[in-house]
Amino acid sequence: MGIEKLIAKRTAELKPSGIRRFFDIANEMEGVVSLGVGEPDFKTPYAIRRAAIDNLQRGNTRYTANSGLIELRRSIARYMENRFNLSYHPEDEVFVTVGGSEGIDLCVRAFIEPGDEVLIPEPSYVAYAPIVQLTMGVPVPIALKEEDSFRLTPEELEEAITPRTKLLVLPFPNNPTGSIMRREHLEAIAQVLRRHPDIVILSDEIYAELTYNGRHVSIAEIDGMKDRTVVVGGFSKAFSMTGWRLGFLCGPAPAIKQMLKIHQYALMCSPTTSQWAGVEAMDHCLDTVESMREEYNLRRRFIVDAFNNMGLHTFEPEGAFYVFPCIKSTGLTSEEFCERLLYEKKIAVVPGDAFGDSGEGYIRVSYCYSVNHLTQAAKGIAEFLQDLKAGKREG
Amino acid sequence: MDQLLQILSGNARLEAKKIAVMTGETEEAVAARIAQYEREGVIRGYKPLIDYNKVPDAELVEALIEVKVSPKRNYGFEEIAHTIADYDEVLSVYLMSGGYDLLLRVEGKSFKDIALFVCQRLSVLEGVLSTATHFLLSRYKESGVMMGELGIDERRNVSF
Repeated sequence: MGIEKLIAKRTAELKPSGIRRFFDIANEMEGVVSLGVGEPDFKTPYAIRRAAIDNLQRGNTRYTANSGLIELRRSIARYMENRFNLSYHPEDEVFVTVGGSEGIDLCVRAFIEPGDEVLIPEPSYVAYAPIVQLTMGVPVPIALKEEDSFRLTPEELEEAITPRTKLLVLPFPNNPTGSIMRREHLEAIAQVLRRHPDIVILSDEIYAELTYNGRHVSIAEIDGMKDRTVVVGGFSKAFSMTGWRLGFLCGPAPAIKQMLKIHQYALMCSPTTSQWAGVEAMDHCLDTVESMREEYNLRRRFIVDAFNNMGLHTFEPEGAFYVFPCIKSTGLTSEEFCERLLYEKKIAVVPGDAFGDSGEGYIRVSYCYSVNHLTQAAKGIAEFLQDLKAGKREG
Repeated sequence: MDQLLQILSGNARLEAKKIAVMTGETEEAVAARIAQYEREGVIRGYKPLIDYNKVPDAELVEALIEVKVSPKRNYGFEEIAHTIADYDEVLSVYLMSGGYDLLLRVEGKSFKDIALFVCQRLSVLEGVLSTATHFLLSRYKESGVMMGELGIDERRNVSF
């Protein structure tokens, strides 16, 4: 029996992530200096780990409510209120997901019918389009431009909207560009959306805590937007809790109710131990987040400067933990650049086109690494660029 | 506290140029402030953190010594603390709250070295009432840095 031919067509047609392919090569090689990982290098703060251990020891290991521990939902609601002046009711406007990724999946599945269009500003996180395809929706990429600081502009948005548009993904702070939307930029987006009342906003704010030069602003804070916005949040990036698989959704009660239904059938509830750890994180560890953010900020300035100095024009990111240098001056495609850098200098970065066609001509570099590691890698990349130049002259 | 001091506490070998980029200042400003800290004695030195377990021929024994002393009129603990601090084998001297007064970190080539220091130099000092010596057996973490095996980056290339 050829099981392969029995796979659903829409699953078989999903493209494997471009990062995946690249990482497979890097993982095969010995001694690779990676700048590829999109995961904090800090350990989960000890107080959080301790809280998990204590709860395991006490035997708090049963299912929780489908929507998550009420203690955690209250903590999340308090956090949203304190941090973003957003009031969500812990009973029916907040629920706990298995990482931010589940939140994205649930939101798309809850709203998208076959043929519905989903606007996805790109370059961005690689999962939006595949999830939309699985729901038979139509991903509509909006190519963001460096001259707009990789922000979504109201003109681009207006132009992309059709009568079939159902959902707008707002992936800010952005992976891979590090761009953010400040209040005034969100106001401009809201202006457009007010003319199109039947578009829902999926605001992926997983990197909210990693915003530099001022605090993150959520689109839900903008007048009239909260009632049509689903906010995806999580613990992975802010608290260095990637492996705990813990995230949350905040949104209008009727939307939460429907998404919760899917969550309940698919997953029952988020891991109980992680949820108790999450309570500790939200209630007592925001200071640690602050100090990690400061450390990232130092590295951010360092790495942006390093790339600009080696002659790769690099946009100054104000969020997340990536820089997105432009490599067009080398004459190579993103993929060629990354493959040669990997084979010739054993340094792994991610080709920008893995995040959408508009990422072509760029590379994503993560700075979740110590300054020493970054220095070493930057030196290797600078050498690589020198070699390229010398090669060009000879050729 | 000045962020510059925090950065140097983490890695004293970072050059002023790099620090300047990280904090968004000019190189001159950073260098000037470091010079000033050195001049004023805020920064007292720069030393490597050595894991002596990995130095095969390191003949090194360290002990923490609790010392009870009788403070002197008008001088308090200052005089005796300075006298003790004058010995080369004494690495650190702290005045403590609690069950004893001074805590010393003392270094020698052998247990015997330290024993001799306690018997012949420390306990005979005027004002020293008693001592309790604790030999250091193993060092797991030093000044915020884990000793022993080097940590490896366990992050897998799985994240997007």
